[in-house]
Amino acid sequence: MSPSMTGKHKIVAAVVVLVSVHLAILFAGFVTPADPAAQNRDFPFAPPSSLHFVDARGHLHLRPFIYQWTQRPDSFNEYEESREHEYPVQFFVSGVGYRIAGLVPSHIHLFGVEAPALIFLAGTDNYGRDQFSRILYGGQISIAAGILATLISLALGSLVGCISGFYGKWIDESAMRFAELFLVLPWLYLLFAVRAFLPLHISPTQTFLLLITVIGTIGWARPARLFRGIVLSAKNQNYVMASRGFGANDVYLMRRHVLPHTYGVLLTQAALLVPQYVLAEVTLSFFGLGLSEPNPSWGGLLATLQQYNVLVSYWWMFAPALALVVVSLGYLSVANAFHERLQFDSI
Amino acid sequence: MIGVSVLCFLLSDLAPGSFFDEMKLNPQISSDTIAALRSQYGLDQPLPIRYGHWVKSVFRGEFGYSFAYNSSVRSLLVLRARNTLILTTLATLLAWLIAIPLGVWIASHPGKWADRLSMGGTSLFLSVPELVLVLGLLYLVIRTHALPVGGMVSTGFDHLGSWEKVGDMATHLVVPVITLVLGSLPILVRHVRASMIEILKTPFIGAARAHGIGRARLLFRHALPAAANPLISLFGLSVGGLLSGSLLVEVIMSWPGLGPLLLESSMSRDLYVVVGVVMSSTLFMIFGSLLADVMLVIADPRVRVE
Repeated sequence: MSPSMTGKHKIVAAVVVLVSVHLAILFAGFVTPADPAAQNRDFPFAPPSSLHFVDARGHLHLRPFIYQWTQRPDSFNEYEESREHEYPVQFFVSGVGYRIAGLVPSHIHLFGVEAPALIFLAGTDNYGRDQFSRILYGGQISIAAGILATLISLALGSLVGCISGFYGKWIDESAMRFAELFLVLPWLYLLFAVRAFLPLHISPTQTFLLLITVIGTIGWARPARLFRGIVLSAKNQNYVMASRGFGANDVYLMRRHVLPHTYGVLLTQAALLVPQYVLAEVTLSFFGLGLSEPNPSWGGLLATLQQYNVLVSYWWMFAPALALVVVSLGYLSVANAFHERLQFDSI
Repeated sequence: MIGVSVLCFLLSDLAPGSFFDEMKLNPQISSDTIAALRSQYGLDQPLPIRYGHWVKSVFRGEFGYSFAYNSSVRSLLVLRARNTLILTTLATLLAWLIAIPLGVWIASHPGKWADRLSMGGTSLFLSVPELVLVLGLLYLVIRTHALPVGGMVSTGFDHLGSWEKVGDMATHLVVPVITLVLGSLPILVRHVRASMIEILKTPFIGAARAHGIGRARLLFRHALPAAANPLISLFGLSVGGLLSGSLLVEVIMSWPGLGPLLLESSMSRDLYVVVGVVMSSTLFMIFGSLLADVMLVIADPRVRVE
């Protein structure tokens, strides 16, 4: 049928986008031309460099080039291109050292320009740091926080959900009352409150671990209820009872017959929770309760928009928001696809 | 509610540091003074006793004591909660008033351009986080100078007449309310559409159509009430989403509601204020689902029988 075919194309597109964004973020060191912490004090709030193909004399260049920004005399953060010298964009250039995926040291970058010039694909921030590099490096933190928090949440949720669904009685009763307690609280308020009670001034690594633990732990209740429902219906299937009749013990039953039912929901939940938790990290960092400078994270990058003049004058500071939207759009389409597939399977 | 308050206190006990820790950095304040302050507010006592004190103060209608504002938490909460309520109630009403006709109209043309457009649009808007939405709208509004943003009233509010006061507040409400409505609309439209399409397939709609009942009457008098059940349950749930959204909107647009209070008290470890804000937001949520239950009883005779 034609509608489902177009649906399939959409899903493939979403997966391709999602995978390439993740790869770019994972190999941020290679993809980006600059160190995310390197400051260029001469270029605060420089706009994105524009790629040119035709030079001042009207010659066409096949290889795109950029002009260096210079600050207009007697102005504050207003730039113009100095047309004297063209800097062609080169690929696989050697530059500042980094580690591939945090392990192998390397100094090859996907693209760059010759030395005195600097290329800013997404402009610079108030310290003249390359915004494009900061977005990709910030993505490492934001996405990792989302994924790890999701793992925590699902691990807790499936553990509680399975135990309470499988054993029932008072265990089930008390676990579900406890879950309701978490469900009735508006979760953003709870997140803020929990963060409020935890220390503010600690090292970045500790903050990161703390963030993912808090975000992950708060979200355990909904998956737990879902898993409980599935386990409850699965354990009363005839073949499970038969298996029990043959003397299978609880662990075997759970592993062999009950848990496989939950995998579909597990995947769907994961695809739903990751963007939600990325957003949670972004929100906390945006309000200064998460990771702080100089570590880039998407929320921290967006936080500069809280200043009136930045919000009004420098549109490229919205770039992290675009990255955020692309990532959540990708995850949500994948979640949708899983969901439809599940419903299809169950019929 | 009791569970929530116990949870809050348990968490607070895990927290290292307190409101008075910052004072220790000040050489002019001796450690004796801090110890005296701590005992005055009962912070040196064990958890169950503190909880007992707090419950007592709830029954006195005070909800504990704010260290930073030097007043009872209730006096802070009442004003802030009123502002949040104004914002969220308006946004909820408006969102539903738009979502229902829109969803019904889209559902009556499944597969047509309007349907496709709305499905594409809603899935796009679903993945635009509220934070980004707020910032984007703020950018637009500031660039166009169309409407005032920030705060709830203009300076010189006290000198205005009573009608001008209402008007002034209304113009300040526009941007936050639009943000909240845009944030919650996609989900609502989708659900209205889904449940309407479900109902429009049923035989009784075909029978009604065969009797020659007009389109508008068919959709709104026959189909909509039948499709209302899941929507009413959604209403109860949507209150929570709106509350979380309004937290962001309030802080960024400096609407003096519960959100900024929560952020402020989180930063300064004003323990009882945090507990109070969380409690009142929970109260709103419970109230929302209670309202949904009542509406369900009114709308659905089957529930009444049970």
